[in-house]
Amino acid sequence: MTSTPDPETLIDLRGVRFQHGPRVIFDGLDLTIRRGQVIAVIGSSGVGKTTLLRLVGGQLKASAGTVRVAGVNVGALDRKGLFALRRRMGMLFQQGALFTDLSVFDNVAFPYRENTDLPESMIRTLVLMKLQTVGLRGAADVMPSQLSGGMARRVALARAIALDPMLMMYDEPFTGLDPISLGMIGRLIRRINDAFGVTSIIVTHDLNESLLIADRVILVADRHVYADMTPDELRTTTDPFVRQFVDGAFDGPVPFHYPAPPLNEDLFDRAAPRH
Amino acid sequence: MQRLVIDVLGDLGAGATDGLARLGRAFLFFLRVLAASFVVLRRFRLVTAEMASSGVRSVLIICVSGLFVGMVLAVQGYEVLQRFGASESLGVLVALSLVRELGPVVTALLFAGRAGSAIAAEIGLMRATDQISAMEMMAVDPVSRVVGPRFFGAVFSMPLLAAMFSVMGVFGAWLIGVRLIGIDTGAFWSQMQATVDIRHDVLNGVFKSVVFGVATGLIAVFEGFHAAPTARGVSSATTRTVVISSMAVLFLDFVMTAWMFRG
Repeated sequence: MTSTPDPETLIDLRGVRFQHGPRVIFDGLDLTIRRGQVIAVIGSSGVGKTTLLRLVGGQLKASAGTVRVAGVNVGALDRKGLFALRRRMGMLFQQGALFTDLSVFDNVAFPYRENTDLPESMIRTLVLMKLQTVGLRGAADVMPSQLSGGMARRVALARAIALDPMLMMYDEPFTGLDPISLGMIGRLIRRINDAFGVTSIIVTHDLNESLLIADRVILVADRHVYADMTPDELRTTTDPFVRQFVDGAFDGPVPFHYPAPPLNEDLFDRAAPRH
Repeated sequence: MQRLVIDVLGDLGAGATDGLARLGRAFLFFLRVLAASFVVLRRFRLVTAEMASSGVRSVLIICVSGLFVGMVLAVQGYEVLQRFGASESLGVLVALSLVRELGPVVTALLFAGRAGSAIAAEIGLMRATDQISAMEMMAVDPVSRVVGPRFFGAVFSMPLLAAMFSVMGVFGAWLIGVRLIGIDTGAFWSQMQATVDIRHDVLNGVFKSVVFGVATGLIAVFEGFHAAPTARGVSSATTRTVVISSMAVLFLDFVMTAWMFRG
């Protein structure tokens, strides 16, 4: 395993190809992420943004190219090596993915209990501190089913940062939140990144929020990284495709219609009915 | 016509290979669970927690069913036995039927419906709501943390539940045979005591229920763990758990009975 040339680089994807059945999701994808940055990954639904996170986390393997995290080739790791790497990563899932049979406290305590030999008294201190970070120390004894969507995500965030990861991955952290919770999660992501010296990748549809907190915005389209810009560059770019994304235009380079034969043909051509 | 025959044969072949592939995957999954057993059994508290949630909550249904099955056996058994003047043998008949067959088999069928379906649905929903993925991303193996405890919980619960079923069944038979019909209570118990053999009858029954525990436990965790992450996927996993478990239990029972009591 060779180390990356630049020690400031945390994540390095080179020529990554990923196929799901016959469908090619990525082909020749290159991406470099430096330590300490907040990166927002945007793109149309189904373009493979979540797949990108799963490649970095080693839940999926690239069919070609390399995925390196902290200089380690993720695809070449065995299960043990992968688990060792994952102890230094945190991931926030779309719906939080809290364990529904455990209380808020036990959810946050889970990584400590499973991955460390710390005594219960110390775990209690650590859990309460993490819950304090997300402002939910008072909800320690509540069950996840009693939490609102925003609160559940904050608890999941506390659980994800439990082992002080070097890399945080967020899968759609803003989806389905009210404006207050949304802003709160956004600021938390930035604060955790800067306070704990983390590197963060946010996969999101929410361009406004990501422009506020991200250092760089990456637009994934057409199976590779289409654009890699700072928020300021993104606001002023003239690239029609990126513009459509930024402005949320109805039709443009991204067509409104799913590919189909002409309407006339489909409606009136009785010779070859497709349905 | 020829086309139809080819289609039918093709479907048949595809179904057979699919089934075999699934069986193979289940076996590989079984090996994975066994490989994790050391880790699981060292944290026995997790297993007892599962025994509490799947085993203890099945106690009521097992006991009530055992009672009624014993009572029915007594009514039917007495009806036949008294024709031959052998009504005192009712205790033997009931005890042997329960310990050898009905205890393990009916318990396993009830357990598959009561606890197996719940295990499959729970694991399937954990998968559908990303809890399994989250666990993997936290460097925790879901097979040793989620699957293993539930599997061993089923394996350990089953013989205990089967024993309760048999005890309640004998009690039910005693209620009907001795208290209601009036068979001599001494003959009822002493014949049972003299005839039921600890190794040949009781231990064979225990062995059966352990095998059923392995089968129903494995089917439940396998179906749940491999459920499609949708509402329909979870519902079909629970259905399959109950259907496949029931058939597996009855099939395995025949195989083991033929082997244990071959003469």
